[in-house]
Amino acid sequence: MNNQAKVWIEKGAYKIKGEFSTPEPNTPIRRKDGKLCGVTNPRRLVHMHSYGGEAPFFEGLAQGRLLGTQCVNNKCEYKGSIYIPFRIFCPDCLAKMKIVDLTAKARKTARIYSYVVTSRTGAFNTLETPIRFIDLEFEGVSTILKSYLLVGEPEIGQRVKPVFRVKPTYTITDLAWVTADTKKPPKGFHL
Amino acid sequence: MIKFTERQLKVPRFMRPVYLVTGGQSQYARAFPEKRTEELCIDALTMAAEFIGMSPAELKGYIHTCYYGHFADHFGDQLLGESVIHDRLGLDPLGNIGVKTGGATGGSTIWEAAKAVASGYSDCALAMGWERMDEVPTDEGNNYIACAADKDWETPLGHIYTGYYATMAQRYWQVFGKSQDSFRRTMAEISVKNHGYARWNPFAQSPMDITVEDVLKSPVVAYPLRVLDCCLMSVGAACVIVADEETAFKMCKNPLRLYIAAGSHSLRVADRRDMEIPLLPNETPDQYQDLDEVFPGGHRYPGFTGFLAARMCAWYAYRMAGVKDPTEDLDFVELHDAFTISDIQTYEDIGIRPYGRGRDYVESGDCYLVNPRTGKQGKLPANLSGGLIGCMHAVGATGIMQVVECALHIWNRHAEIHGNPKLWKSFGKQKPKNWVDVQVPNARRGLAISHAGVGSHVTCTILMHPDHLLKEE
Ligand SMILES: [Zn+2]
Repeated sequence: MNNQAKVWIEKGAYKIKGEFSTPEPNTPIRRKDGKLCGVTNPRRLVHMHSYGGEAPFFEGLAQGRLLGTQCVNNKCEYKGSIYIPFRIFCPDCLAKMKIVDLTAKARKTARIYSYVVTSRTGAFNTLETPIRFIDLEFEGVSTILKSYLLVGEPEIGQRVKPVFRVKPTYTITDLAWVTADTKKPPKGFHL
Repeated sequence: MIKFTERQLKVPRFMRPVYLVTGGQSQYARAFPEKRTEELCIDALTMAAEFIGMSPAELKGYIHTCYYGHFADHFGDQLLGESVIHDRLGLDPLGNIGVKTGGATGGSTIWEAAKAVASGYSDCALAMGWERMDEVPTDEGNNYIACAADKDWETPLGHIYTGYYATMAQRYWQVFGKSQDSFRRTMAEISVKNHGYARWNPFAQSPMDITVEDVLKSPVVAYPLRVLDCCLMSVGAACVIVADEETAFKMCKNPLRLYIAAGSHSLRVADRRDMEIPLLPNETPDQYQDLDEVFPGGHRYPGFTGFLAARMCAWYAYRMAGVKDPTEDLDFVELHDAFTISDIQTYEDIGIRPYGRGRDYVESGDCYLVNPRTGKQGKLPANLSGGLIGCMHAVGATGIMQVVECALHIWNRHAEIHGNPKLWKSFGKQKPKNWVDVQVPNARRGLAISHAGVGSHVTCTILMHPDHLLKEE
């Protein structure tokens, strides 16, 4: 893995280095009596994905901030609405929204709207199991953010606060939550 | 949007009536290691042809355009898989298009075919759906399914769809179900019913003779959902043929009138804003005023307790077809029972019961062919096919399977297919000695709901015998 894929941008184009797609030999799939039914098709591959206008949100997590957006268009019927997940454009008027820092609001008002605990995961999962999925309401926010709880057992209505990954992965997993009375952040996260 | 204009609420109208002519399906199973997808699709089309006394070639001679529902390209590692099937069915050079709306793919495929006929573009169209989810190990499959959630905001969280879906079930369970044992048993009863009806369906993947206790003892997937609360994962194909009036009556003696409408809601459940409940014809504006008092926490609509997409497709379809009250006007339904709890949510979304009261549809016995409480015919039997829990969920085919099953009841030919010992045998099964005919007596009108995951897309199909329409034209 020391030749791992690396990507950067120069003059508006992707520059890439390292291993991006690795073919592996296929093997036949046979019935017990020997009849050929198919083959395996293994491979490893890497996508290059742009966060576009949502990039500030993921950079924000790396800096310990929870950023949302707000419609500030005077002509919009829903001016003032606040969104997290961070939306680039207002869902009503399609005007570009203003970035707002919701970290303090989240610390003070985040509550669990719903949750589920599961030990099932898919390939490529990086979270420890069981995963405590939580959906969060914040005062004055129109939406219900999905994330996961690292300290405590979830309950509807429970107050929680955000924690951020110390070594960011620049994905949504950099944000997690702990019950509001938690003093010490979980390993690998800061308050 | 959380408010709609009059234009957006226009009652959908076909420019000419659309008829369902015939339909067919393949066997359903968790895996078909020795069959290619096209073999299953050809099984379905051949059955549709034979059902109206045609050869496949004769039936193909009527088809003008083709609509293919196949959701998960990545499972089969084949883009443009629709084109492969189209060729194998020998339908080139007819125009064709692929349709992908998650779990609602089957319904959406019929939606497209029906509009093609309604507009006059085609006089006869094929809607064919299939799914192939048996080519990857379970954890890779879980990841692929999780890719149908938001790739930046949800998928990296565990790569497991349960985490995005089941929090909705949790909220409904606690708010409307009040975490009651009695509600938990009602959920389980749906699984018992649907696995039970699957016993009489030769196509079905999971016929089971089980009890409520068996469901309650099955392993937890994500509390409160247990293994037997969940739908199947299937491989299989289903198709229907739709046509205009003249063509339909040329092709068969008794085509059925078909109405269909669609609704949607955000892929990320996070983005669902609070709004007013759009009312169905059998609801009144004041009836939900005390919802939060009766069900504390029930204030937010749709929140995680309702599916706006399901509500809206029923809103459009009922007005389109003249349905005032689904329980009174319809004779049976095929619902998208992805989970026992979401089945209950659907009863409310489509107005079989008011919001918060869905469980009563099961507890009253109305949802059975024979009401176990009264011994009489159930008011509105649901999922006599076995549904997604007992029959199958081969995603792209599911919504089409439901419509085929509905049509068989109205044609009064349900037993002819399901009771045919040769068909059972051709699937490597034996027709049960105690086989039960679940034909709905005097079926005139039926409904099918096709629903995608967290409710991003939902369609509502209504089939009626042409002598029993509800609306003047
Ligand atoms: Zn706006």
